[in-house]
Amino acid sequence: MGELRLMKGNEAVAEAAIRAGCDGYFGYPITPQSEVMEYLMAEKPHERTGMVVLQAESETASINMLYGAAGTGKMVMTSSSSPGISLMQEGISYMAGAELPAVIVNVVRGGPGLGTIQPSQADYFQAVKGGGHGDYKLVVLAPASVQEMCDHVKLGFDLAFKYRNPVMILSDGAIGQMMEKVVLFDPIPRRSEEDLIKQNPWAATGKPKSREHIIITSLDLDPAGQERVNLKLQAKYKKIEENEILYETLGCEDAEFIFVAFGLSARICQKSMDLARAKGIKIGLFRPITLFPFPVKAIHDLGKKVKGMLVVEMNAGQMIEDVKLSVGCSIKIEHYGRFGGIIPTPDEVVKALETQIIGG
Amino acid sequence: MTEEIIIAGFGGQGVLSMGKILAYSGVMQNKEVSWMPSYGPEMRGGTANVTVILSDERISSPILNSFDTAIILNQQSLDKFEKAVKPGGLLIYDPNGITKLPSRKDINIYSIAAADEAGKLGLSKIFNMIVLGGFLKLKPLVQPEFIHKGLEKSLPARHHKLIPDNEKAIEIGKGLIQAVQVLN
Repeated sequence: MGELRLMKGNEAVAEAAIRAGCDGYFGYPITPQSEVMEYLMAEKPHERTGMVVLQAESETASINMLYGAAGTGKMVMTSSSSPGISLMQEGISYMAGAELPAVIVNVVRGGPGLGTIQPSQADYFQAVKGGGHGDYKLVVLAPASVQEMCDHVKLGFDLAFKYRNPVMILSDGAIGQMMEKVVLFDPIPRRSEEDLIKQNPWAATGKPKSREHIIITSLDLDPAGQERVNLKLQAKYKKIEENEILYETLGCEDAEFIFVAFGLSARICQKSMDLARAKGIKIGLFRPITLFPFPVKAIHDLGKKVKGMLVVEMNAGQMIEDVKLSVGCSIKIEHYGRFGGIIPTPDEVVKALETQIIGG
Repeated sequence: MTEEIIIAGFGGQGVLSMGKILAYSGVMQNKEVSWMPSYGPEMRGGTANVTVILSDERISSPILNSFDTAIILNQQSLDKFEKAVKPGGLLIYDPNGITKLPSRKDINIYSIAAADEAGKLGLSKIFNMIVLGGFLKLKPLVQPEFIHKGLEKSLPARHHKLIPDNEKAIEIGKGLIQAVQVLN
């Protein structure tokens, strides 16, 4: 078993990056995720593993540093919170277009605009449906615990390099700020320059005489060429949908009703489940872990077995659209949410289940 | 066993660190734990609170609306959290600065004059450990050896020389806590 620690979610992200063999972190402080860079600065991984930790002058600079570093095949990460992630969207779209691997962590806070610093899940659409311009997808992971904050960094890097695609970890202020027990995975050494070149022949690592220039770009002024780029991207996203779906179910075997929730909302729903089952309500929980690829088939199949679903999110109703598309119109599907940094309590979720789904 | 605790007071009273030491001690004793702080502007000079859950099972929601135990260190927090204690649950408060006493009869209420005692002993920096001692007297969820390990893990190495004082404060708290009878 790996090393046991009590850590904040944000600290777990930082420690996991060092342990995953990350080559560089570029970021700019913003609550509620500033502990990521604070932790990295205090740990000084550049003295141990050679990992670069750099505070950029803005989020726009961070994401473009990430773009440049990822182009050289390095394993790189940035983190921010909602308004900062909005600033990064141009760079994220460019990276998706240029097919570059990187991990981008969004510790979501309430919006829109400068919003609040309290937890929210209102960036689901931004993370899953694009965010920047063009037809692109990020792989989106939704951790529900500090342990998953740690594990998803490693998983994120694995998927980013497997598919040459940016990966977003969509967390929230509560999971970033809370402390839980974490079992840390054993450190993986950073890749040597030789391994990097061998494993990533596409990377711009310096031109030997033996081959032509490697050009990394998201620009192709010839529409036919740009269509080919898009077709290639879509084929890749399809492969990701076929292979990488992750989800968790709890108590779904005998369930008549289902909570569908990701991240922190799923934790709250677990408590609501206990309360509702104590009242004799047969309720289960479906928790998507990957938001793209979305577990369409698993939710569709579950929809055939139950009477209704309550989608619980800390937003005004975003993931519910994907749940409805997955299930179709055969059963009742309603949304319950709180906004702007308010976290729903387990009690009010049970009440919503009783009034909107069972009694409704 | 699952114990759901809220610790609340002013920023600077050691609310968050008390919770962290309790949580880390729980980890050392192989329990599942969660530590969920209030954060942001309210902590800078205002009230601070932290929800700590210790359990033998996987912990569901780290955010709760009712608690087995409330440990209360100021009036605002008493006003806010007295009603959030589960029936039959436990409320511990330090009477320092409390003008409106708790009044529920369906919960167990204890007071611990930790601020006064810490002042007298010149241990005001670890007044929070006196309070923690009072709680552990009533609910010995974590054994002293694991508290010791929790202190070692929670405090930076340069403060390890203070661990004996912290443990002493916990012992003082165990002797100081007393039941409160709610009168009509």
